[in-house]
Amino acid sequence: MSCCGASPDFEELDEVSRLVAGKLAAFLKTLRDSGFAVGLHEGQDAAALMAAGYAQKPGLLRSAFKHLFSARKSDWDKFDGLFDAFWLAKRVRSRSITTGSTKAANNPSFKSLQDQASARAGSEATDQVASTDDAPEGGAGEGRMEGASRADNLAEIDFRKMADPGQIEEAHAVAARLAKTMRTRLTRRDLARRRGYRLDLRRTIHRNISHGGVPINLVKRQRKDKPLRLVMLLDASGSMSMYTGVFLRFIHGVLDEFREAEAFLFHTRLAHVSDAMKEQDAARALDRLSIMAQGAGGGTKIGESLQTFNRWHAARVLHSRSCVMIVSDGYETGDAQLLGREMAALAKRCRRIVWLNPMMAWQGYAPEAAGIKAALPHIDLYAPANTLKSLTALEPYLAKL
Amino acid sequence: MNNREQIAQALAASGYIADGELATAISLMQLLKRPLLLEGEAGVGKTEVAKALASSHATELIRLQCYEGLDQSAALYEWNYQRQLLAIQAHRGEDAGAIEDQIFSEKYLLERPLLAAIRRTKPPVLLIDEIDRADDEFEAFLLELLSDFQVSIPELGTIKATTIPHVVLTSNGTRELSDALRRRCLYHYVDYPDVDREARIIMARIAGASASLSQQIARMVEGIRKEELRKVPGVAETLDWAAALVGLDVRDLLEVPETVHETLMCLLKTHEDKSRVTREVSQRLLGKVA
Repeated sequence: MSCCGASPDFEELDEVSRLVAGKLAAFLKTLRDSGFAVGLHEGQDAAALMAAGYAQKPGLLRSAFKHLFSARKSDWDKFDGLFDAFWLAKRVRSRSITTGSTKAANNPSFKSLQDQASARAGSEATDQVASTDDAPEGGAGEGRMEGASRADNLAEIDFRKMADPGQIEEAHAVAARLAKTMRTRLTRRDLARRRGYRLDLRRTIHRNISHGGVPINLVKRQRKDKPLRLVMLLDASGSMSMYTGVFLRFIHGVLDEFREAEAFLFHTRLAHVSDAMKEQDAARALDRLSIMAQGAGGGTKIGESLQTFNRWHAARVLHSRSCVMIVSDGYETGDAQLLGREMAALAKRCRRIVWLNPMMAWQGYAPEAAGIKAALPHIDLYAPANTLKSLTALEPYLAKL
Repeated sequence: MNNREQIAQALAASGYIADGELATAISLMQLLKRPLLLEGEAGVGKTEVAKALASSHATELIRLQCYEGLDQSAALYEWNYQRQLLAIQAHRGEDAGAIEDQIFSEKYLLERPLLAAIRRTKPPVLLIDEIDRADDEFEAFLLELLSDFQVSIPELGTIKATTIPHVVLTSNGTRELSDALRRRCLYHYVDYPDVDREARIIMARIAGASASLSQQIARMVEGIRKEELRKVPGVAETLDWAAALVGLDVRDLLEVPETVHETLMCLLKTHEDKSRVTREVSQRLLGKVA
């Protein structure tokens, strides 16, 4: 797959020399690495374009390729940089690099995430070794029971108090599983509620042609219920670093195969992470995320992030049956008034706003931070989310929406 | 491929001032026989592209406006049930087989836009407007039609396209389109025009707008777009405003700051935006126009 879409028709396109075809193939690979969805068909078309004389001027070829390979605005915006870097050997603006960047390792809060991920990978390996070593039948059964009881305990431990990598891994797995069951239950309830409510006259006549047009079988028009859509906004700032790992896994679980969900990450600015989250492998998803969230670990500008969301994403990702879930501690370093205004605007656009605050369950916590104070009037459900149990408790609420 | 200038000129002749990239997109569309997906903010003239394309080809424009719940019977074909019923009643007592053959013939078939588009003798321009408003299911169905250009009607058999239409899809981004659809299409992002192009658009569209006035209007609108607005004015709004100014006999914006402020209602469509662009703001913007 990676070795290009241009190769299949060398014979047909003898005008395009093998050299150019090879270069084109490499360009397609570059595009794929940068997140473009480029298939075999595009490769062939590109070769056809070069043969048709579009390759004479770089500007023309760039413009032609841009239309062919881009599929969305983000592609459209970064294409010129990529093209120039590849064909004209100019320096790419750092913004256009989406993969293969190693800069992310410098980000404090994401570094910790990656550490967790690698620790997890390590612990998985040891787990397997252990289970093969001492695994007669009885032992295996015992192991399972022990696992179950430990999971019970886990449900009530605050995420930040989990230190042992094995435990963290388990919590992550539970979060992912929880997300999965929530997803199926929410979807099923939705299906069960569909009912026809209006008579469809045209179809009724059609159905009853065999009765000479006497309407015996009535056909009703069904309104299609929009499935509940979850839009998650996760605070990835330094103050939340204890929790981001677990929530990322939770979000990954919800987004996995679930069509109606979108995820955003914010700290001082907002990043749309749904695509990165669709990566099947959770650890790889985290890797991709760490690249997207460059600049994490500073303050939290919730208000500004929400403003970006309202302005650029809300129209696309929100509809009347959307639930916005904000996971944040509410420590706003920006303008708290702005946060209040943007929350009000957001509340008008969606069905419910759920604000999960991991700090809420801490003893002596009161919502005194200016940010959370400004936001509270617009929130439908303000809940703690520091343990797996509290995450589970959310499900019935979401099911009612 | 050197027909890009020709394409731009042909579009200009039908009232659409295209930039170089759009002309490339259209020439590619004809070369590769792929649909063209236009994305962009509301009011930047996406639909106009299809209209201008149709008139430059001197062909018919078939438009399918998408909406939630749009289905095959509204988009592709439907049987004319009322006529079928009448025919059954009128021929009561005759051979059942013959009646059946008759009522499922072409005569009783209602063509909807998609079927109409593939049955014309001269390739029309098929505009699928606001595809993002249709459901996912419809999108999948459309994908099939756009790749095969044939339709199977159970009672009649398969209808193959006599001509392949020029397909233009537009999207406002109210919903994320599927990757499959995006990949099938050429993509063009329609942005707000720059000052020069906008001035030329005004001159092409509004009779009586002088070159200097058009420049001023375009610059003013560009300034307004840079303000923090809830609803950024599109080209359509600019044209409305230009028409209003021309109708009020304005020759030079700087001479009539009051009129300029009062007619801004053509551009600003929400109360919030209206109150944000105060007299002072419009004065400041007007100052930059000069």
